Amino acid sequence: MSELNQKKSVPLWIQIIVWVCLAGLLVLVASILSKRQQGALKTGDAVPDFSMTLFNGYEFEGKNEIQFSDFSGKIVVLNFWASWCKPCEQEASELQEAYAFYNGDVIFLGADYVDTEPEARTYLKKFQITYPNGPDMGTKISQMFRITGVPETYFIDQQGVVYYVKVGPFISLDEIKNIIEQKLK
Amino acid sequence: MKNYASRITHHLLRIAHYALLLTILFTAISFQFAYAQEDTPTDDEVNEVASQLYCPVCENRPLDTCPTQACHQWRELIRTQLAQGMTEEEIKQYFVDNYGDRVLAEPPRTGLNWLVYILPPAIILLAAILALQKFSGMDKAAENRINYKRDKKRSFIRIY
Repeated sequence: MSELNQKKSVPLWIQIIVWVCLAGLLVLVASILSKRQQGALKTGDAVPDFSMTLFNGYEFEGKNEIQFSDFSGKIVVLNFWASWCKPCEQEASELQEAYAFYNGDVIFLGADYVDTEPEARTYLKKFQITYPNGPDMGTKISQMFRITGVPETYFIDQQGVVYYVKVGPFISLDEIKNIIEQKLK
Repeated sequence: MKNYASRITHHLLRIAHYALLLTILFTAISFQFAYAQEDTPTDDEVNEVASQLYCPVCENRPLDTCPTQACHQWRELIRTQLAQGMTEEEIKQYFVDNYGDRVLAEPPRTGLNWLVYILPPAIILLAAILALQKFSGMDKAAENRINYKRDKKRSFIRIY
């Protein structure tokens, strides 16, 4: 009868491999999920250094490529936009007006999120945007900021720390100015 | 003298004739080139490339079927790139450079992406091995059960 009850069990080494693989997969899924649930960079988060090549015709202090670390000591307004994004059009003129108002005291940057260059250029021309703008190549910058959509604007203080995040378009020039003035004083 | 003048005229006429022929030939060639440049890729050719790419801003939407304005812009970009003579691979590389790996319908075989290619066949193989082991075990158990019953019957007959 003992023969009857004998079950052919799976070899131990296969069991170990299966459990190790399952555990590895779970850890991987958990890390990806936690990364996704982190959301966008929050107030108080330090901004890692990044570089961006600007569109032809745009430059910052004579250079076609900007390095975020070069802006240390200045307030930076980083705006993510796209030509296909209708809400972005609502704030385009206000951002340009704010840039003209602060005249170099505050750095304005535009990162064009997953877009085609001809349409992006048409957009920039349409709203007469002159502050430095460039494509977010390979979505590296937007992934770094973990943006949730466009438009999204990050206000970064003189120490390179995010102090305000605006999701969606600004409703007026005053709204932008009020946020900047918090740290400019 | 008259004979000499007529020879020169004849010679000039021949040159003019050749010049006319050359002009017609060059015009024809230039028209042919102009026609080739204006030859725009068809929707099918564009969609052939677009089907290998995903919309960078929509969730799981192939570029050839995506109805948004952004996707329309990208399809037009593919059309322009095809007209410029770019190959499928060059266009796909352009999209990867601009929008990242996630636009590819088939993930590149690097880093963690290998899991996509290795895990499913590995799981199927493992399931097949386990199923085979289980079934062979079941056969053996059934055989044992039959042998046991037969032996029991024999021993019963022997006793009585």
